[in-house]
Amino acid sequence: MHDVNVVIAGAAGEGIQTIGAIVSKTVLDQGYAVFTWQEYESRIRGGQNSYSIRISDQPHNTPLIEADILLALNAEAVEKYRPLIKENGILISGESSEGSSIRIPFSKVAKDELGKKIYANTVAVGALIGALGIDLKTLQKEIKNRFADKADEILEKNRLAAEKGYEMADEGCRDLCPWNLPKRDGRFYHISGNEAIALGAAYAGCRFIAAYPMTPSTEIITYLAENENLGVFAEQAEDEIAAIGMAIGASYAGTRAMTATAGGGFALMVEHVSLAGMIEVPVVIVVGQRPGPATGLPTRTSQGDLLFVIHAGHGEFHKLVLAASDPLDAFHKTVRAFNLADKYQIPVMLLTDQFLTDSGFSFEEFDIDGEKPATFLADPDAIEDYKRYQLDDSGISPRLYPGQSKHLVGVDSDEHDERGHITEDLVNVALPMAQKRLAKNKKLKKDVMPPQEIALDEADTVLVGWGSARAALLEALDLLKADGINAGVIHFSEMWPLPDYSFPANKKFWTIESNATGQLARLLRSEYNVIFEGRIHRYDGLPLTADFIRTNFNAKRK
Amino acid sequence: MPKENEFENDVASQWCPGCPNFNILDAIKSALVELKKSPDQVCLISGIGQAAKLPHYLQCNFFNGLHGRALPAAIGIHATNPQLTTMVVTGDGDCYGEGGNHFLHALRRNPDITVVVHNNEIYALTKGQASPTTPAGEKRSIQAKGVQIAPLNMPAIAIIHGCGFVARGFAGEPKHLKDLLVAAVRHRGLSYIDVIQPCITWGTRPFSWYKDRVQQLDDDYDTADQSRALEKVMESSEKIPIGVLYQASERKVFGHRFREIVDQRPLPELDPIDAEEIKSLLQGFRSAP
Repeated sequence: MHDVNVVIAGAAGEGIQTIGAIVSKTVLDQGYAVFTWQEYESRIRGGQNSYSIRISDQPHNTPLIEADILLALNAEAVEKYRPLIKENGILISGESSEGSSIRIPFSKVAKDELGKKIYANTVAVGALIGALGIDLKTLQKEIKNRFADKADEILEKNRLAAEKGYEMADEGCRDLCPWNLPKRDGRFYHISGNEAIALGAAYAGCRFIAAYPMTPSTEIITYLAENENLGVFAEQAEDEIAAIGMAIGASYAGTRAMTATAGGGFALMVEHVSLAGMIEVPVVIVVGQRPGPATGLPTRTSQGDLLFVIHAGHGEFHKLVLAASDPLDAFHKTVRAFNLADKYQIPVMLLTDQFLTDSGFSFEEFDIDGEKPATFLADPDAIEDYKRYQLDDSGISPRLYPGQSKHLVGVDSDEHDERGHITEDLVNVALPMAQKRLAKNKKLKKDVMPPQEIALDEADTVLVGWGSARAALLEALDLLKADGINAGVIHFSEMWPLPDYSFPANKKFWTIESNATGQLARLLRSEYNVIFEGRIHRYDGLPLTADFIRTNFNAKRK
Repeated sequence: MPKENEFENDVASQWCPGCPNFNILDAIKSALVELKKSPDQVCLISGIGQAAKLPHYLQCNFFNGLHGRALPAAIGIHATNPQLTTMVVTGDGDCYGEGGNHFLHALRRNPDITVVVHNNEIYALTKGQASPTTPAGEKRSIQAKGVQIAPLNMPAIAIIHGCGFVARGFAGEPKHLKDLLVAAVRHRGLSYIDVIQPCITWGTRPFSWYKDRVQQLDDDYDTADQSRALEKVMESSEKIPIGVLYQASERKVFGHRFREIVDQRPLPELDPIDAEEIKSLLQGFRSAP
């Protein structure tokens, strides 16, 4: 099938998220994959925002910008988003409008037919489902589920509102709407990056999260706090400094612990990242990227914190930086983050971005088997004289926690001896201890996964990207093929330390990244001495798309 | 040297000889003995400063972290294992300056921990600058013409916010301080002791100045009277009252809901989550069959 892209546009607080959630669940239940993507302003009321739903028979987890159907909830939304409508696309709105459009005065219908304007959005949902040629039955089932805990009258009115909208779209649509999405057998998971990280953390055995609310990472602690049965102690901290401080305290006390924030919050945490490196307490920090500097564009996306996160922390110590490609990858990377943090007793940062965390991706299977949660604590009974920082060539000392046994566990942010006590003995104590910590990198580097190589054999051009750009890069290959270009992809998702890797010979490499200064290019050039033929940077706050990559590639290539 | 009790250790001290901190250290060790604690049941958390070195000088679990950040670490430790006797040892710069925000929010959370603040009205480790408790007008190294801003009255703030145990001790009266510590640890919920600890190296007044002024609260002082307690810590008097300033009927302790509803055990002792539980939650994200 040809993918169908639906854009729902309206002011903040007008209900586009609720409409989007009901429509996407209905399409999903009809047996189709959906990719949902939101772009919104940093405000609770007003502004004009959109919620896009890409419908396909197989998961296509990248946004399409042009709309087959635009549902606009107000006149301003019509004006702002109308240019996105494709040539044969339609506009559904409450406003009278020129061209291919269906006018349904949602509020008036709701008021006249159902007695209350509050049902206007359900009328709109019905209209959209009607225009898509989806069975009304599927929608009614979803409405029944969604309003199950509401009074019977509310459920019934919503049911009627959906039916009304559906009928009106059907009448208005006869000549305009070619779409027909009959019930099919497909079944898909539809999940966002944040939801996957929260589930991955619980699966990994995380029992403590402290965080300060910050877009785009707040949903992680929200999900874990809501789902009390997961047994995660969740605390909203007074600031990001306290959040990571609590997580490190919890981890020292023997549980797996995490925090989640964005670049600005992470900036406040950086001294503690260094502390975790020094006292060798594992901690997992999710950093959701959004455009900076400073507050930047709080609700938009970016890959602009790569070098900041890799270099975060004063002094020299080792850390691991992972970057999730999509929610399934984010689930597994979260488990990996906890395992490797434990194994090496280091801070691990998991990089995401607003696009990954807020978008809903489809998967036919969401297989959680893979890396199993593994802990690396020492056995207190096997130790006679315990030293928290016992020197060892591997750099990894036996880790116990306080209260676990008779052994005492002392940690210190000052340079310390094997028992964790302050030292000023530079030669005999401080230097060997620094060398012990730094020795970890040898094994750690071997545990880091090499980049994924896709279609390299035939390719003469290779698109090099990282993190959540993966799906857009892969889709771009198909588009470039149509332009006569044989391209492949090298995709990094484990960013630091970089693994031993050789870039293939005789290819032209292009970096594709969501930042202005080419941070990945800079990193790879310094580590692998690779030369880049071209660079595509997107830094307008919107995610990389296959179209964007194709257009820019064709414009820039010689 | 024979060990007086099992909390003794032989780590060389970095404190100035004769520092009143030694008395506070002795008081803490004696209190822990009186409380019948063993070193493995105790966890001392500190930040940075001379006071923050104290955990090194006794035998116990310790977390000597970042300047001002002892409280967040202590709260994470306490949330993870409420069975540990968790005590924060900090100074006026560490707790009231760099970490002031954390203290305010610790008052709201009411974790079952004890916070001991060595208050010497000066930054000693950095050689004599003003601290948040230096009285206005007093000279310090940066404030050569006298401190221009008002001092912070943290005991008053603690009392206003219903901290269930607020006390003031004096490093020159270690037995009295030991009794305060025992009562503080026994108190369920946040217990806070501001300890007057004159700096004998950078301080501007002799030790005797403090010794002449401290005065134990009368036996008939009502520790349950919040307004009286507030008046007491705000009154300007020649005398400095020491003792339990305020003790309140116990309020809910941090984490009580988790402990009552979810699990009582320390977090590392919880059973690993069943993969089936995650799979079943994932079904909620899946389209209907």
